[in-house]
Amino acid sequence: MKRRDLLKNIALTSVGVATAATGINASPTQDADLEAGKKKKSKAGPGRTPQEVERDAKLMAETFFTPHEMATITVICDIILPADATSGSASQAGVPAFIEFMAKDMPQQQTPLRGGLMWIDNQAMKRFGKKFVACTAPERIQIVDDIAYPEQAKPAMKQGVSFFNLMRDLTMTGFYTTEMGFQDLGYMGNQPNTWLGVPEDVLKQYGLTGKE
Amino acid sequence: MQIKEEPKTYDVVIVGSGAGGGMAAYMLAKAGAKVCLLEAGGYYDPADPKYITQLKYPWESPRRGAGTTRAFGDFDAAWGGWQIEGEPYTAVAGTEFHWFRSRMLGGRTNHWGRISLRFGPDDFRRGSISGIGDDWPIGYDDLKPYYDRVDKLIGVFGSVENFPNEPDGIFLPPPKPRLHELMIKKAGKNIGIPVFPSRLSILTQKINDERGVCFNCHQCNRGCAVYADFSSSSVLVIPALKTGNLTLVNGAMVREVLTDTQTGLATGVSYVDTLTREEVSVKAKVVVLAASACESARLLLNSKSGRFPQGLANSSGVIGKYLNDSTGASRSGFIPALMDRKRYNEDGVGGMHVYTPWWLDNSKLDFARGYHIEYGGGMNMPGYGFGMGMQGSNGKYPYADGSTKPAGGYGSRLKEDARRFFGAYIGMSGRGEPIPLESNYCEIDPDKVDKYGIPVLRFHYKWSDHEIKQAKHMQDTFEQLIVEMGGIPQGRKPGPENDYGLAKPGQIIHEIGTVRMGKDRNKSALNEWQQAHDVKNLFVVDAAPFVSQGDKNVTWTILASSMRTSEYIIEQVKANKI
Ligand SMILES: Cc1cc2nc3c(=O)[nH]c(=O)nc-3n(C[C@H](O)[C@H](O)[C@H](O)COP(=O)(O)OP(=O)(O)OC[C@H]3O[C@@H](n4cnc5c(N)ncnc54)[C@H](O)[C@@H]3O)c2cc1C
Ligand code: SF4
Repeated sequence: MKRRDLLKNIALTSVGVATAATGINASPTQDADLEAGKKKKSKAGPGRTPQEVERDAKLMAETFFTPHEMATITVICDIILPADATSGSASQAGVPAFIEFMAKDMPQQQTPLRGGLMWIDNQAMKRFGKKFVACTAPERIQIVDDIAYPEQAKPAMKQGVSFFNLMRDLTMTGFYTTEMGFQDLGYMGNQPNTWLGVPEDVLKQYGLTGKE
Repeated sequence: MQIKEEPKTYDVVIVGSGAGGGMAAYMLAKAGAKVCLLEAGGYYDPADPKYITQLKYPWESPRRGAGTTRAFGDFDAAWGGWQIEGEPYTAVAGTEFHWFRSRMLGGRTNHWGRISLRFGPDDFRRGSISGIGDDWPIGYDDLKPYYDRVDKLIGVFGSVENFPNEPDGIFLPPPKPRLHELMIKKAGKNIGIPVFPSRLSILTQKINDERGVCFNCHQCNRGCAVYADFSSSSVLVIPALKTGNLTLVNGAMVREVLTDTQTGLATGVSYVDTLTREEVSVKAKVVVLAASACESARLLLNSKSGRFPQGLANSSGVIGKYLNDSTGASRSGFIPALMDRKRYNEDGVGGMHVYTPWWLDNSKLDFARGYHIEYGGGMNMPGYGFGMGMQGSNGKYPYADGSTKPAGGYGSRLKEDARRFFGAYIGMSGRGEPIPLESNYCEIDPDKVDKYGIPVLRFHYKWSDHEIKQAKHMQDTFEQLIVEMGGIPQGRKPGPENDYGLAKPGQIIHEIGTVRMGKDRNKSALNEWQQAHDVKNLFVVDAAPFVSQGDKNVTWTILASSMRTSEYIIEQVKANKI
């Protein structure tokens, strides 16, 4: 087969599907629907074994977090990665739906996540007499500030620190593995390319000749 | 149970379609033999859209490429892994071995690292050089013509270096180094560690009409849809099928080699059809095993008969023994000078563009064998795991405006962190030669069978002091190199408490040695042609025959040896000797 034809093939099977599945403004649930829809359409799932296709479909059909938990996750994700001048927010990139999927995909995450959400609601109740999502923005930040800085956190806050570290990890990965994240980062690869070595201006910047 | 018998008698039956089996199928089918290739896994062609994962984006995987169901991530072209459902293996208490298997056409060559090094002359005679271990029954000169032909047939890039014990091949032009690789080269030069172009079986130039040229997607582990890298499926088996001489049976899990009670010769094999679970036997004049080192040993040990009570070709009792895997240890470094890098596409080929061969003299060191170093780094495509652990680094380095902030945190600064740290990390991994020991072995577990009723392997493996000291040396070298680059080694330096980060046996996935070749039939199972001493029409062409593994990855040597043995089989048949 000719390389050009194969490349066309690749473009059709991967990039085409990709854009459909990544509605940037899609809500978390829409995002999940699109993913599920995609799986349903292509029964053999390109690049997946039948067992994997079956497992994914099963996980997609399940719901782990309650609506209240999802709302809390969404608020925390957007504190971790808010919209700013460079890019959109974590929830705009579909991060909450990704976390929902990961909780099902890696069940060992379920207790730390579910328990962490309870922990933060409990803090909110103690301090402000309401659940975390019902708190005002400054109230939420007051709690988050106590758990977002592992080296400064008080011993009594350690469990909250662990939870926030986990949320930070999942939010960062969930965001930077989307089209929006790629744009924010400026990643330019994953496409056919001619590699001629480090660009001249970059060599100069690092005092290198390319012939080291 | 009724055993279905294939009516036809083939010239050759080959078990397994990876590096060794693919090469044998190619050579023998091209020579005109009627060949049957039995592969336990399913059909796979990296160019068939139904299998393609190349150029997919992480968001095309709901887990963003995480390794939940595939050890090396959702897009990796391995159907298999460290554990396969229904195909267990065990280990003797207090020891461990990790066994990576892929069940698919082409085996593990579909997703391997494409690092294609020749063994050097010294690698065939470590026993006589160091007084520890054994020599091979053949030397570099025996294999050199085959390495040359493998280079030309399959394609490998590299550079002519005339480096001791690191033979040059017939190379395609290597890709230019990436930025961090230039920095590694410079640091290496300063402290006397050689760094030169890597040697990978990736086509940087066109070599024939069947295969394309690499377009630098950095994803060889996903399989290459234009056949620009070496996979046994695309480069050997699929072309061999086109000769019309090869019958490929997928889903054929071979149970044992069958023998004639009178002559003691192999008459074929019997397999379980993995779909119907029917037992089938295939007759052939010559049997070639290439199911991967441990599996070929398992097959022979399971082929017991009145005449061969210890298993087939095992009168020496050596089968299963001397199992050995490369050593491995790694460290990563953060290079502050690489923060806030200019963006461009530096994906490059599917692996490192430079490496370090073993450069020291073991007679001046406290361990007996060497290692090479593989390098990683660059502005790689984010996948699952990207940006995790930020609290471990974002408090340490000042931002562009000179300010520092406490570790962890939230908000726009985290986006700035992701951007400034992108492409500022490097990694290095040592891959070294272990001492093959009789006490490291696999054997048949007396109590357990797999889902096909085939007795499974039980492993017994422990590293010796040589490997641990070698890992210590690796860690010192990595630290030196990272510091010389102006970098900061990450994490705590591995020490004696964890064997200096030495990988567990099996984890480097270069297992060899379980069906040794040798001149002495009391100490080896195969002769210098990888032919069983006890059964002259039985051959093994994976890494099981290898006496030792050098500080090189083994696959190029599997290919060269399998080619050599295949030609020997053709000659022997022509001369009516088998
Ligand atoms: C992630 C990874 C990276 C690697 N990188 C490198 C590298 O850069 N350089 C290098 O030199 N090596 C590398 N290797 C190792 C390389 O893949 C192996 O050395 C090589 O594939 C071994 O070839 P083989 O023919 O012995 O076995 P395999 O490739 O494992 O093929 C064996 C085949 O036999 C089949 N089989 C097994 N049992 C049976 C049975 N009972 N009946 C029928 N069929 C059976 C299997 O399904 C499989 O298809 C890497 C391996 C992995 C996993
Ligand atoms: S890096 Fe090159 S050879 Fe490897 S998969 Fe990509 S295009 Fe193919």
